[in-house]
Amino acid sequence: MANREWPLWEVFIRSKQGLNHKHVGSLRAADAEMAIENARDVYTRRSEGVSIWVVESMNLFASDPSEADALFEPADSKVYRHPTFYDVPDGIEHM
Amino acid sequence: MKEVNISELERRFQEKIDNDIRIEPKDWMPDEYRKTLIRQISQHAHSEVVGMLPEGNWITRAPNLRRKAVLLAKVQDEAGHGLYLYSAVETLGADREQTIDDLHSGKAKYSSIFNYPTLTWADMGAIGWLVDGAAIMNQVPLCRCSYGPYARAMVRVCKEESFHQRQGFEIMTTLAKGSPEQKAMAQDALNRFWWPALMMFGPNDAESKHTQQSMDWRIKRHTNDELRQMFVDATVPQAELIGLTVPDPDLKWNEETGHYEFGEINWDEFWQVVKGNGPCNKDRIDTRRKAKEEGMWVREAAMAHADKRAKRKSA
Ligand SMILES: [Fe+2]
Ligand SMILES: [Fe+2]
Ligand SMILES: [Fe+2]
Repeated sequence: MANREWPLWEVFIRSKQGLNHKHVGSLRAADAEMAIENARDVYTRRSEGVSIWVVESMNLFASDPSEADALFEPADSKVYRHPTFYDVPDGIEHM
Repeated sequence: MKEVNISELERRFQEKIDNDIRIEPKDWMPDEYRKTLIRQISQHAHSEVVGMLPEGNWITRAPNLRRKAVLLAKVQDEAGHGLYLYSAVETLGADREQTIDDLHSGKAKYSSIFNYPTLTWADMGAIGWLVDGAAIMNQVPLCRCSYGPYARAMVRVCKEESFHQRQGFEIMTTLAKGSPEQKAMAQDALNRFWWPALMMFGPNDAESKHTQQSMDWRIKRHTNDELRQMFVDATVPQAELIGLTVPDPDLKWNEETGHYEFGEINWDEFWQVVKGNGPCNKDRIDTRRKAKEEGMWVREAAMAHADKRAKRKSA
C-alpha cells in the first residue's frame, strides 16, 4: 500500500488555563503523537496555546446545517427560559 | 423535508452572502463558488509554499545571527500559512495530494513574484517590504471573505505578516543608511522588485474576468486596481523616507485625487511569467517536485510505524 495519505486531524487549542479548547483548524499526520507535534508547529508558533487536543477527522460527527432550523427550533420557541421574559416590579434591585 | 429547487437554494445562499453571514463547509453552495474558492485558496497555498524558496536561498548566508534567526522564523511562518490554506482547501472537498500534484504538473498557478531570483542580501529586504507588503494589502480584506475557513485562515496569516514586512523594511533601512555600496544594493533590489510587486495584484480591472463574480460573492472586497493603488500610496512615502527612489519616471503625486499616478505595467512580462517563462519558474517547480519525491520514504515510514504501533495496541 504505497503512498497512502496521512489521515486528517482536527486541532483544538486551549489558549490559557481556565479557558476551553477551541477548534483552530486541521492538519495531516501519521498518528496522534505526530499530529500533536505538528499542531504545536503549525498553530502555536506565538504561544497561542497551553494545551492541544487532536481528533482524527473521521471520528468527528456533525449536525446537518440544512436541518439546523428543525434541530434548534425547540429552543427558539421557549422565550420563558430567559430572565428578560419576566416582569419584575419597580423597586426590586438584585434579582 | 420538502424538496427545494436549485434556484431557491441559490437565492438563500446569496441572501446569506448579502447579509455577511459566513458560508461554512457543510452549507449548500453553488458549484462555481466552490470551484472559484478551490482555485483561489489552492493558488494562495502554493504561493506561500513556493514563496519559501527565494528566501530560503539566503538563510545560510544571512549577514548575522539576528538576521538569520528572523529570516528562519519568517520562512517557517510561510510554511504555516501554506498549511492553514491547504486545510481550508480540504474543507471544500478538494483532495490535498491532488492539489499539490496540480502545482507540480504546472496545472495550478502561484504568485508570479516568486519566479524572480534573489540575487543579493538586499533582496531579502525588498521581498519582506514589498512582497509581504503587497500580500498584506491583498489579505486584510480576505479576513472578511464570505467563506468561513478561508477568512479564519487569513486572520491568522495577517497577524503574522506584519512582522514580515517590518523585518524587510528594517533590512532596507539599514542598507540605505550604510556604505554607498550597501545603499546601491538596496536601490538595485528595489529596482528589480518594484514592478513585479505591482504585478502581484493581477491584471487591470478591465482585463480581470473573475473580479465581478468574486465581488458579488464577497470573496473579494476590492478590485485589483484599487488594491494596487492602495499599495503604491502606502509604499512610495516609505521609499522616500529611507532615501531610495521608486524606479518609475511617471510616478507623481496628484494633489486633486490624493493618490499617486504611476506608469504602465509591462503586462507582456507579467503574462510571460504567468505562462511559465519567468527566470525561475522551472527551477521552483523542480525544487518542489524533488522535495516531494525525496521525502516520500519518510512519509511512508511514518505511516508504517503508526500502523505497527496501532496493531501492537489492539493485540
Ligand atoms: Fe505568508
Ligand atoms: Fe500570503
Ligand atoms: Fe509573509
